[in-house]
Amino acid sequence: MLLGPYASFIVTSYAVATVVVVILILWIAIDYRNQRQRLRALDESGVTRRSGRNAADTR
Amino acid sequence: MGLINVEVDQLSPRSLWQIASSGWRDYQDAMTLIDLANPTKFLSLTARVMPWLVATTAILLAIGLYQSAVAPDDYQQGATVKIMFIHVPNAWLSMFVWGVMSLAALGTLVWRHPLADVTAKAAAPIGAAFTFLALVTGSLWGRPMWGTYWEWDARLTSVLILFLMYLGLIALWRAVEDPSRAARAAAVLTLVGAINLPIIKFSVDWWNTLHQPASVMRLGGPTLDRAFLIPLLVMAVAFSLLFVTLLLAAMRNEILRRRVRSLQMVQASRRVA
Repeated sequence: MLLGPYASFIVTSYAVATVVVVILILWIAIDYRNQRQRLRALDESGVTRRSGRNAADTR
Repeated sequence: MGLINVEVDQLSPRSLWQIASSGWRDYQDAMTLIDLANPTKFLSLTARVMPWLVATTAILLAIGLYQSAVAPDDYQQGATVKIMFIHVPNAWLSMFVWGVMSLAALGTLVWRHPLADVTAKAAAPIGAAFTFLALVTGSLWGRPMWGTYWEWDARLTSVLILFLMYLGLIALWRAVEDPSRAARAAAVLTLVGAINLPIIKFSVDWWNTLHQPASVMRLGGPTLDRAFLIPLLVMAVAFSLLFVTLLLAAMRNEILRRRVRSLQMVQASRRVA
């Protein structure tokens, strides 16, 4: 695949898109892990939901 | 159903069964929507749907990227036409996400739907990322084609304003601690900002811009050759699915964040008591 004289512009475009999407995915995944950890900590401290279910129960 | 003037005992058992079953279907549809308004039910649904969404998105992205790589060069633009396959889907999504947020804003202000402001808050950073990508890839496409990275023309400027509005909304959500108060302010700002969407869409028709006019979503049909149109549409669907996947995941996080907040308040009130 030859990209011609403007290869750097094409490669940079795809690289920036990849980096931004990966950052977005990682940010959401890390945020999920953090929220689960905080809910588990609340569970361990004895705080329960109104329904009586565990704080960390996401079902 | 047109049955208002018909006595029930005049109907055949078959008709009665059809009426009853269609009513049950309507009831089930309504219940599905109500169930979705329940955050716990939403979390359960998300857990079931997420693996399928992730797999479908990954497969479509792989197909789209392959098709983009093997697409022929344009007779004028050469290989730089490949930037279109990521620039255009991101540009479409930058507006589509604001459209979704506007519907959610209506849900917050009019119907007070429990998940409406969760949707709006979760969508804002994703929309900002897509808008940023549309601006950056457009700029990188513009330099070899137009001879400049940036021009203060109507299309580019209105998209930059959209990006700044996304950042403003994110800042607003972070500035107000109470999510329900932040939701109402953000909903008003979102609906006001929706005025920018038709300006972006029709800026290339209303003003003399360096940016080209629409070549896919236009009344006379797409002007793109199939060799470019098919990879573009595959990438557009892939990025749209990526948005849905990320949105559901971010909404799940936001619901859990609010659960943490309310449980921390319970914990604090117990300590005081």
